[in-house]
Amino acid sequence: MATKELVARTGNEAMAEAMRQINPDVVAAYPITPATEIVQLFSSYVADGLVDTEFVTVESEHSAMSACVGASTAGARVMTGTSSQGLILMAEILYIAAGLRCPIILAEVNRALSSPINIHCDHSDTMSVRDSGWIQIFSENSQEAYDNMIQAVRIGEHMDVRLPVMVTTDGFIISHGLEAISMLEDKEVQDFIGPYKAAYSLLDVEKPITAGGLDFTDYYFEHRRQTAQAMKNAKKVILEVGREFGEKFGRNYGFFEGYKLDDAEIALVLLGSTAGTARVAVDQLREAGVKCGLLKLRVFRPFPAEELAEALKHLKAIAVMDRSDSLSTAGGPLFAEVRSALYDLPERPAIVNYIYGLGGRDITVEDLEGVYRELQRISGGGQVQETIQYLGVRE
Amino acid sequence: MTKTWKELPEGGLITESGNAHQYETGDWRNLRPVHDREKCINCLFCWIYCPDSAIIVKDGKVVGIDYAHCKGCGICARECPDKVKAIKMVDESEYE
Ligand code: SF4
Ligand code: SF4
Repeated sequence: MATKELVARTGNEAMAEAMRQINPDVVAAYPITPATEIVQLFSSYVADGLVDTEFVTVESEHSAMSACVGASTAGARVMTGTSSQGLILMAEILYIAAGLRCPIILAEVNRALSSPINIHCDHSDTMSVRDSGWIQIFSENSQEAYDNMIQAVRIGEHMDVRLPVMVTTDGFIISHGLEAISMLEDKEVQDFIGPYKAAYSLLDVEKPITAGGLDFTDYYFEHRRQTAQAMKNAKKVILEVGREFGEKFGRNYGFFEGYKLDDAEIALVLLGSTAGTARVAVDQLREAGVKCGLLKLRVFRPFPAEELAEALKHLKAIAVMDRSDSLSTAGGPLFAEVRSALYDLPERPAIVNYIYGLGGRDITVEDLEGVYRELQRISGGGQVQETIQYLGVRE
Repeated sequence: MTKTWKELPEGGLITESGNAHQYETGDWRNLRPVHDREKCINCLFCWIYCPDSAIIVKDGKVVGIDYAHCKGCGICARECPDKVKAIKMVDESEYE
């Protein structure tokens, strides 16, 4: 059974502890605020002999991900961690990791992108690589970050998937926030993830292979189609692994989590740590008789479009909360996907978009109550005045 | 050349060695090397330099060019000794 007593861990500590228990063959990493602690702590585990990992220090995140791809194609279980500029410096190699079907696990701490330079939370970094072929799992708190890291190994390494996985937390809010979490025993983690069986290895002299070959017009499309299928397969595997994790350790995971959603008429859809704030707003408004709810999305890639449509179809009005702006003038990335997912419903809820919290701008219960009040007005027959709004910016 | 996405090894892997032969690069060519057996002194410079192993040699003699794989780079024609110049590059349009 899982460890009963709770321990105090920040998000970074929780992710580092998960990495220690996973005990990967190779970690290649370069430090960046606010994710530094993850690999810093992990390097101390290596120095103290708590893990068997080959720890590769590199001169940049581009090199970190390159070393990860090299190690993964050689047949190793590989992990790393980064944030913000580090993630987008990795971007070129992130696509390659997915294309080569390397199930690398990345602990990603969501942080705004330059310019202007900023070290605080928003989701711009993770969203900027949303089409790289990585599975993307968001966490609300340290507990989820820890649980997601462990599940990520099983999801990415599943033979029907073989894709890299990034597990994200929100910079400082989760990464540096101390919380009580329940950890598993080392053996429970090892039993759950099992030994790694590489699909192929560059070091296998009995079965020589070439990785990273060239495709022209004649084969590239077929290989991209395979990766698309792997992402499709990941949907089933994510649910299976989440269910098994729940059965074994008591905490269930799916694509998303509803809060007072079933009988709600209006709801927010959001990612990450803001869910906690939104729950308080829901509780307060429910006391005042407002039929409001919340949908916290956990898995952004693959995007669970049909399942979301099913979960949201009974609502009258929805606000999608984007902690990043695609600067498309047509709303944030989450909004674009959620709105598209609802398009085929015979009766579509009204839907609006709020871009909020950029560069770590605080989001309060009152801010979210204001959004719910606006949804109430719309669901009562009021016109949508502005589909896309900026919440919390000085006008 | 006709494998579907379901039949191909995943990740773009090449899982057998020596299979470049299966990939016919000859259709990239726009200049065709034409070998003149009368002029050829069989020094085999062309055979050594050809990046596509497209010079066909039998019993120490150049007997032809593998047009299914020759990309038409012209290296053979350039390396062929000046005094013989037994390979001429001819525009492919003349063969259409
Ligand atoms: S043109 Fe180039 S590829 Fe063709 S036979 Fe000559 S050297 Fe080889
Ligand atoms: S280089 Fe010229 S002379 Fe020498 S073998 Fe080739 S064709 Fe003949």
